[in-house]
Amino acid sequence: MDNRGYYSQFGGAFLPEILAATFDELEKMFEDVKNDPGFWQAYEEIMSSYSCRPTPLTFAGNLTDHFGGAKIYIKREDLNHTGAHKANNVMGQGLLVQRMGKKRVIAETGAGQHGVATATMAARFGFDCTIYMGEVDVERQRPNVFWMERLGAAVCPVKDGTRILKDAINEAFRDWVSNMDTTHYVLGTACGPSPFPEMVTYFQSVIGTEARAQILKVEGQLPARVYACVGGGSNAMGLFSGFLDDPVELVGVEAGGKGLNSGKHASRLCAEDASIGVAQGYKTYFLQNSDGQMRETHSIAAGLDYVGVSPILSDLKESGKARFEAATDTEVVEALSLTIQKEGVIPALESAHAFVQAFKEAPQLSKDDIIIINQSGRGDKDIFTVADAFDDPGWKAFITRKAKQYNA
Amino acid sequence: MLKTYLKEQKRKKDILLMTHIVIGYPDFEQSLNIVETMVNAGVDMMELQIPFSEPIADGPVILKANQKALENGASVRECIEFAKQVSSRFDIPILFMTYYNILFKYGIERFARVMAENGLKGAIVPDLPPEESADYLKAMSDYNLAPIFIYAPTTSEQRMKYINEFAQGFIYCVARKGVTGAETSFASQLESYLSRCREATDLPLAVGFGVKSKKDVDYLKGKADIAVIGSQTIRLADQQGMAGVEDFIRGLR
Repeated sequence: MDNRGYYSQFGGAFLPEILAATFDELEKMFEDVKNDPGFWQAYEEIMSSYSCRPTPLTFAGNLTDHFGGAKIYIKREDLNHTGAHKANNVMGQGLLVQRMGKKRVIAETGAGQHGVATATMAARFGFDCTIYMGEVDVERQRPNVFWMERLGAAVCPVKDGTRILKDAINEAFRDWVSNMDTTHYVLGTACGPSPFPEMVTYFQSVIGTEARAQILKVEGQLPARVYACVGGGSNAMGLFSGFLDDPVELVGVEAGGKGLNSGKHASRLCAEDASIGVAQGYKTYFLQNSDGQMRETHSIAAGLDYVGVSPILSDLKESGKARFEAATDTEVVEALSLTIQKEGVIPALESAHAFVQAFKEAPQLSKDDIIIINQSGRGDKDIFTVADAFDDPGWKAFITRKAKQYNA
Repeated sequence: MLKTYLKEQKRKKDILLMTHIVIGYPDFEQSLNIVETMVNAGVDMMELQIPFSEPIADGPVILKANQKALENGASVRECIEFAKQVSSRFDIPILFMTYYNILFKYGIERFARVMAENGLKGAIVPDLPPEESADYLKAMSDYNLAPIFIYAPTTSEQRMKYINEFAQGFIYCVARKGVTGAETSFASQLESYLSRCREATDLPLAVGFGVKSKKDVDYLKGKADIAVIGSQTIRLADQQGMAGVEDFIRGLR
């Protein structure tokens, strides 16, 4: 591999030798498609006919009035097929798999959105599909497990380590080192060994490109700030990509969990307990102890509950080109509730992190300013978690009745 | 030099044996007993794995041993202390095996210095390819330590030669695709792979991943210099204790 994929000191490809040839092939294939206008055309065609691109940019008039500051726009990635931005990356990699002639795809998933998206892609392209998912996430995102299995994917609960997203990634790598001849690993976020951070960003950049054109068309001016939640960083990289050369402030919002000093969070770029390290094939900020052992992470949103972060975002942080903040679980549920009531849109718990920070800052901005929040996914999948957070009596009664039916 | 030492040993034996333990599994005391048992049973070299929370190249047996050791609180400092005891008590080459983040966080220069001070001879770092190794190679060279690199069946002849430019001590040839501990069929394709390895380097060849019986070791005689037994001795120690490990190793040659 000639291009080691460094963004200042972050990135690289720290691979076991057994995968070196596979990454050479992947890197070459990715270079080919980047230089082939026909590939991007095919990508746009499938994203408009199979998913819902371009996704709308929704003016949130009621929230704007409520906060009395900047005009708030919401980029509606929740309206993609399968309900999240994950489709952008998955369909792109699916076309790549077709070109490589492989017949099987594997993927990790945290919230299940990437797993469901991969399973739909596999069904459509006729690939075999195995999804690795931490046992903890299988429990908290059960509806997505149901859909993955209906779509024909084998879902393997991962029982090792902390039993969440990072452990699912390890297990997917272990599968890949055995089956790389037939199998492509559809990594779901802008992390991992090069070329994945660049490749996932490439497919997700459609978010920012569209948002930029849409806001210029409607408002005739650029936003002052754009907001995205940051787990691995794929939706943030997607949105930020559209504004890297503009005088637009890029704000990434991490999972503050129960607070940055609680030891129960997943903030790699804001918290003091993160430091630079090398794991899962790349160098970035990780939540780790002084020996380099990864810490347990926590977030109300399974999709943000990850120890590492895109090396490109680590670079943007260090160079000051992006700002990072953290939102706590409690703040997230409040912002979600307000958004649902004021605008009738239902962001995923992951996306609601971006809303928290935007709501904190909107009142301080002028009425002439514009901000864009990326609604990276829809919240339906979170019904169990959100119902618990609201302690919804009607829902609990329903689940109790349902359980009785099954037990009858 | 490790290479010279291994070549000398090889003149006395058909094949050398290297075994692997995870330091602190099941605990430090038993780790030391296992090492002693292995040395008494005649192993020629040992790799001591410093446990890591994300061992992506390892299969279920070694993965669980890593996790258990960490749950018991094994720290890098204690692992280094353990290696010091082992290398001062036993007169065979001792290597560290671990993942790159352990070295990176400890400080690469400091890690190499401590290895040299404590009598270790080299290191195997499976997620560190030569392309990412500049600091590591310099530190290992400054302290006369052998950076052990890996060949895989998917490694091209050209890349084998490239890796050989950086490798010292011996080359670790992974016998097959996949992770540690799974079945390997020691068949004709392995023979052609090992002859490609032989062509590419004059360093001794160690073969690991799936070596678990006398038959496997016999097969490697004449084709490789060192047979590496990893997961199998951990399984045996779990199931049959020290006596099982000792009998097994004595029965390999």
